[in-house]
Amino acid sequence: MPKLMPLKKAISEFVNDGDVLYAAGFTHLIPFAAGHEIIRQGKKGLTLARATPDLIYDQMVAAGCAKKVIFSYMGNPGVGSLRIVRVALEQGRLEWEEFSHFGMITRLQAGASGLPFLPMNQTGAEDLEKVNPLIKRIADPYGGRDVIVVPALNPDVAIVHVQRADKNGNAHLWGIIGEQKEAAFAARKVILTAEEIVDESVIRSDPNRTMIPANIVDAVCHVPFASHPSYSQGYYDRDNEFYLAWDRISESEESVKKYLDEWVHGVKDRNAYWKKLGGKTHKRLKVKASYSEKINYGKY
Amino acid sequence: MTEIKYSPAELMIVNAARLLKDGDVVFVGVGQPNLACNLAKRTHAPNLVMIYEAGVIGAEPARLPLSIGDPTLVSGALSVVSMYDIFSNYLQRGNVDVGFMGGAQIDKYGNINATVIGGYDHPKVRLPGSGGSQEIAAWANRCYIMTPHQKRRFPERVEFITSAGYIDGRGAREARGLRGRGMVGVVTDVGMMEPDEAGEMNLVALHPGKTIEEAKANTGWDLKIAAEVKTTEQVTKKELKILRDQLDPRGIYLKGGG
Repeated sequence: MPKLMPLKKAISEFVNDGDVLYAAGFTHLIPFAAGHEIIRQGKKGLTLARATPDLIYDQMVAAGCAKKVIFSYMGNPGVGSLRIVRVALEQGRLEWEEFSHFGMITRLQAGASGLPFLPMNQTGAEDLEKVNPLIKRIADPYGGRDVIVVPALNPDVAIVHVQRADKNGNAHLWGIIGEQKEAAFAARKVILTAEEIVDESVIRSDPNRTMIPANIVDAVCHVPFASHPSYSQGYYDRDNEFYLAWDRISESEESVKKYLDEWVHGVKDRNAYWKKLGGKTHKRLKVKASYSEKINYGKY
Repeated sequence: MTEIKYSPAELMIVNAARLLKDGDVVFVGVGQPNLACNLAKRTHAPNLVMIYEAGVIGAEPARLPLSIGDPTLVSGALSVVSMYDIFSNYLQRGNVDVGFMGGAQIDKYGNINATVIGGYDHPKVRLPGSGGSQEIAAWANRCYIMTPHQKRRFPERVEFITSAGYIDGRGAREARGLRGRGMVGVVTDVGMMEPDEAGEMNLVALHPGKTIEEAKANTGWDLKIAAEVKTTEQVTKKELKILRDQLDPRGIYLKGGG
């Protein structure tokens, strides 16, 4: 069943105030276009879950979309502090739930597998366990040492950006595949944005690369350049300049407001945003092609 | 011989790089550890296998990866897997030799605080949190950390253990069944520390021109000095050239104290 629709419609239909949202992607394929659309539509009271909140949640928190964050590393990757989320936590304006990366990803894996929880080995770092009641320890029923357990995370909505998908939502991803598959299977609803919409035959030509199948997808949106300032492997580069610039922009509320007014509220959609970035930026983020060797599936 | 000039950050990165052995499988952290591993790979450890928590194994980055999720890590890598796989099959299962960490504070027993200063519920300073470091510190065969030698960075006890060193003394790791050997080396801009029998960090080496007094004055506990304190090898022009020309031409991590 074709689920192609404009991103605006997908966000309005599938993201509700108060939802637990997982915008997936570890540094790679972060769905910024969807984050900006959520800001434009003025969604409120969201619980924003991501291993690394990254700039997308810094912006959504600044825009007043969030009541809570669930995270495992709250920084601007490679740059430093994630100022807006950090200050909101320090001033007690935002609730939070914290895990290690492994804890966070294990929660998603449990959610994706339909399990109530999953175990991990002990780490000796017990302070997080003391301050986060969701992290528990139980006896190994087979007689080994106690294990640490975390509960399944089943977000109301997962948003996943992919390199290519067909109109039904069968999606190919490559490069860093962080937690996209787990987030999609764990969530109740899945919105895909894709650099390219391709014929089903393209998907069928390389089935091992299909991380997300159509039957768990609710909306497919064709949104080229949706992950800028993050990146899509093979399509465009990470905009490290912008990640460095955000460190300065996020120093004051005034400059953040100015940024959101200009680059989120001031543009209609991702297409307008990309045009506004201009030829110089497009050129800077362009990548040369580097193809994998073909593989032979065989005709049977 | 002309005097070679370098920043405290460069001094630490070069000495950290030298701790890596050719053939090590190393879990690389963001920032300065990233530079140290990339430097080692381009000098004495060409067979270093760099693993990034983003799920990349055997990265051969052509440029400085600003973040640990940079696309340059992927192109030409040996393998790319999900985060769940990297933390479970690689780290938890015991397939990682070295963990290279950063962190705001490290204490007498090599425990790291990267979470909070001034109380968890109402933090005075909220730090980024664990990321992958909680598990790396527990399960990599050996761990290293580099941090500038300052009293506020070396408290006697960290107020929050984000990643375990020897917790409250060697034996605490064994009691919990942690598979890794723990924090086996600390690199600062003054010298190097290693754990003694009790798991307490002792001064074992000084960088050229640095003194024991300097190390003691900038440590938050009564720092024990090893019976023999070595002097680290001088930083070379070749190492600095790779760092400055190839790895961090803009000096994002090389300038200053780190």
